[in-house]
Amino acid sequence: MKMGNVHPQKSGPLLTVEDLRVTFPTRTGEVNAVRGVSFTLGRERLGIVGESGSGKSQTGRAIMGLTPGHAKITAKKLAFHDRDLLTMSARERRDLRGKKVAMILQDPKYSLNPVMTIGRQIVETLQSHESVSGSEAKKRALAMLEAVQIRDPERVYGLYPHEVSGGMGQRVMIAMMLICGPELLIADEPTSALDVTVQLEVLAILDKLVAERGMGLIFVSHDLRLVSSFCDRVLVMYAGKVVEELPSADLSSAKHPYTQGLLNCLPKIGSDRHPLPVLERKPEWSL
Amino acid sequence: MTSALSIRDMVVTYDDFAALDHVSFDIGTGESFGIVGESGSGKSTLLRAVAGLAAFDKGSLSVNGRAYSGRHRDRNFYRTVQMVFQDPYGSLHPRQTVDRLLFEPLAIHGLDNVDARIARALDEVGLGAGFRFRYSHQLSGGQRQRVAIARALILEPKILLLDEPTSALDASIQAEILNLLEQARKDRNLTFVMVSHDLGVISHMCERLAVMRGGKVVETVPAQALEKREFSADYTRKLMAASEGFRRS
Repeated sequence: MKMGNVHPQKSGPLLTVEDLRVTFPTRTGEVNAVRGVSFTLGRERLGIVGESGSGKSQTGRAIMGLTPGHAKITAKKLAFHDRDLLTMSARERRDLRGKKVAMILQDPKYSLNPVMTIGRQIVETLQSHESVSGSEAKKRALAMLEAVQIRDPERVYGLYPHEVSGGMGQRVMIAMMLICGPELLIADEPTSALDVTVQLEVLAILDKLVAERGMGLIFVSHDLRLVSSFCDRVLVMYAGKVVEELPSADLSSAKHPYTQGLLNCLPKIGSDRHPLPVLERKPEWSL
Repeated sequence: MTSALSIRDMVVTYDDFAALDHVSFDIGTGESFGIVGESGSGKSTLLRAVAGLAAFDKGSLSVNGRAYSGRHRDRNFYRTVQMVFQDPYGSLHPRQTVDRLLFEPLAIHGLDNVDARIARALDEVGLGAGFRFRYSHQLSGGQRQRVAIARALILEPKILLLDEPTSALDASIQAEILNLLEQARKDRNLTFVMVSHDLGVISHMCERLAVMRGGKVVETVPAQALEKREFSADYTRKLMAASEGFRRS
């Protein structure tokens, strides 16, 4: 059940982000959600970690082209391979989105269309990027549902999103996002809405598919422990900036006090720390 | 150990579905008791049944030796038992100021010295007087949860029911709220019943915990058993593995 998604290995990074800034004008002045984020991504798993309001999701959305219209995006460079994402026409961007760059959102309850069957949604994604016949599209959708370990794809194909569980919904979301064989996948808190026991199953499926297809993955999450166990490299964001970048394996030797604070404040089984250390935010971190 | 809360064979059904299936617990005075399980395991239903928000069909409930029936709770009950909910965005009235929110329970129970009590309650949860006349939409998630805790503590209850009090919060804010709850428990000698899906949080906060699944109690173990991995149920092991993060097989 190979889908012929082997990409020609191009030289150079998959994604280049240099000095990315996202600004929202508000009545009380400008809010700088992302303030100069730079990184490059190859075919690897990159985690972006931070608290709510740190700009991690807006970074992902800016790459995807989903920033609200009134916001201002600037960057020295924002390129997918060597194609500049900022000067690209809306049409080109649309072609790229879903086909080459895909995104998994947090809660399948809100990110799937409630009035369309699961099968039709997956087929829609496929047919908007490739000219395939209806029967061929259905065949590929079923194969994709099987690839995300849905036991009875024929049945699930005809169901509506409210008829499946959260874990199943998120697998459907993964299937839909991967059916066109994207090169870059952005997963924004893909398992936060799921039960702890289901989280690992969904992550294992995601991990397997990302590895098999040689995709680049950006994993956005607030859960430092989870991200570090899943990704190769972690960016830690605070107040719109990257405060530290390090390989996941070296997380315990993190230098920035914010990263250390995030790690320390988690209650752990078997460590008796009362009260828990809390994060002392220093104003100079956000300078 | 006298028991503060005693639940015997409690059954809650919704139509034909048994959300709680003959659940029994004894929770001692001053104890902190945790309940873990996935969604649909009945852990929240249990708290709601105790609080009188969901009627139980069978079984018995006694609080500090007084028996309560399926639905009805008197005023005295709520002086003893208060609850903090999961979602601080949904559990505060959007059109009431913090002052009004905290005044409500005092008015219902006819307590005097309102002004001083509200000021003290805010102070205790680490919110200054500056927060008193704000609306909940002017507060962050962590601040809202502090207000919710203040509202529960203002009646000086003996037992606090905590339904995932930190799962909607950032990790760093979670630590602050957990510390606040522990401090309140120490100061007032409270009894906690805390529901969470996070074994780390439960083992940090509780002395004893029950693992629930499908409306039943799978097992009840002391918190130290987690550390030494002295538990028998397979499901507990699965939860434990999940709390340790992702592993590539």
